[in-house]
Amino acid sequence: MAQSGVNNGVNVDALLAAREALRNAPAAANFTWRATCKWKNGTHAQSNVRGFFGLGEEQAHKTEFSFETDHPEIFASEDHGATPVELVLVGLASCLTAGVAAVAQNRGIQLRSVEAKLEGKMNLYGILGIDSDVRNGYDDIKVTFHIDADASKKEIEALVAQSQKRSAVYDIVTNPTNVTVEVA
Amino acid sequence: MASRALSQHAIDHVVLERGEIANSWRNERWDSLRLLTPNWLSCLPGAPYAGTDPDGYMTMPQVVELITRVARASSAPVRTRTPVRSVTRADGGYVVATDSAPIRCRTVVLAGGAANLPCVPALHEALPPDIASITAFDYRNPESLPRGGVLVVGASATGVQLADEIQRSGRPVILAVGEHVRLPRTYRGRDALWWMESAGIWSQRYDEIEDLERARRLPSPQLVGTPERATLDLNALMQSGVEIVGRLAAIRDGRALFSGGLRSLFALADLKLERLLDTFDAWAAQNAPDGVRAPERFEPTRAPPAPRLSLDLRSGEIRTILWATGFRPDYSWLQVPVLNRKGELRHDGGVVTDAPGLYVLGLPVLRRRKSTFIHGAHEDAVEVVAHLAHYLRRADRRG
Repeated sequence: MAQSGVNNGVNVDALLAAREALRNAPAAANFTWRATCKWKNGTHAQSNVRGFFGLGEEQAHKTEFSFETDHPEIFASEDHGATPVELVLVGLASCLTAGVAAVAQNRGIQLRSVEAKLEGKMNLYGILGIDSDVRNGYDDIKVTFHIDADASKKEIEALVAQSQKRSAVYDIVTNPTNVTVEVA
Repeated sequence: MASRALSQHAIDHVVLERGEIANSWRNERWDSLRLLTPNWLSCLPGAPYAGTDPDGYMTMPQVVELITRVARASSAPVRTRTPVRSVTRADGGYVVATDSAPIRCRTVVLAGGAANLPCVPALHEALPPDIASITAFDYRNPESLPRGGVLVVGASATGVQLADEIQRSGRPVILAVGEHVRLPRTYRGRDALWWMESAGIWSQRYDEIEDLERARRLPSPQLVGTPERATLDLNALMQSGVEIVGRLAAIRDGRALFSGGLRSLFALADLKLERLLDTFDAWAAQNAPDGVRAPERFEPTRAPPAPRLSLDLRSGEIRTILWATGFRPDYSWLQVPVLNRKGELRHDGGVVTDAPGLYVLGLPVLRRRKSTFIHGAHEDAVEVVAHLAHYLRRADRRG
């Protein structure tokens, strides 16, 4: 399906082969993603990801990845890293961007540059407990893509639409998810 | 239609109907429903449309009359009031159990259709008990609903039609919209389904469609058959005061939670409509059909500025939830292992997989895109019965 000459660095043939293989092995499609988090001091914490489960067995990234989170100084914090809510934007942006690349490769569209700007609007009355009618989280997220590619505006819009349709983080952000938090 | 094809092959057969002829059209549709196809298209073999309103849409009594007339004219061997209790395999054929003597046969054609049972998502179990819950299967008219607000779930042809008539009855409607297919009633002065038929899209065969699984899962297009030939898309519904929210994603602690992904679904539906209209235009440019006006484009679906993400089901704002979440076939009586893990029949263009002599008709995109429309079943029936006849001849030679 991928047209020759187009290269966005996405191995679509491998992805399509994986899709076919998983269609016949439903159990292998059940993945578990993991992260750990360790408090440092104040609002500063460090999170790590390494292992995950999928294709019926334990898997691991090539190396461990580490993420510092904190809050800026205007929150009386030391600003050792991004805020957790910014990391949510990072997750959404990177998921949609990866999706654009994969869909473009599959549709034979050569990308030259893809940039996304994200804005999440939040009213602090929620997390500060000032107004119980204001939610804690974002009440609006806006993603703006600037894409330079060998394609019409309509084709680019279709790329971005398809990327949303297949995005895990877009789904996580737009739909409710059951969350259990326990003390072990 | 299968009966007609079987008669042409001189194959001895019997047609079992659980109720009256055209039973589901009599008993399992809402009062105001009309066919989505215009009259000139709503024809059965041997019964071309002869009325005075070729561009109109048949009411259910008219459909019942048409089917009954065709069944009588073809003298199809129909046994009415004969529900099938089970179909089992038996040495080289099948045994069909009914309330009278079982029928032994070499082949069976499942022609019960795709819409025997309503699909209701499992999340309905979390509904507060004082909310009336009704499916499109049992719904008849707005007046039979409690007074007060109605949450309609699903925006296929069914969902948009019911949202519209309930809103007009004075009951405020909130419509939860998932993936949907937008289609204007008329385009360039012709019925959208005239285009589907003329431009050859409806005749696309199942083995020519790139993503067949997706094509078979597509919700029905947002269409309604009215004397005014009005378009009933989400813009029209919002104009009449229907509130649009995202897909119903969960019911939790007495609240309905809706997806925040509405804009992306609008974008997808608008893009797909554009693509379809481009196809129509390209066909028209090549074929120069008579009576077609200049190309037109429709306003994008207007996204409400801040569609709400949750609704308190205990607040009294809505009294009724109406599930327009699709239908499915009933195979509970089919004692032959031919269903996949999702309970769908495995078949190749109507030839049931791993069950020689078992056939199916009337499922979405069975052999072509028009398979589930009233005029679309004929060619499917001819081809499926040709396969069946060939199967019998081959078995005879071997036997």
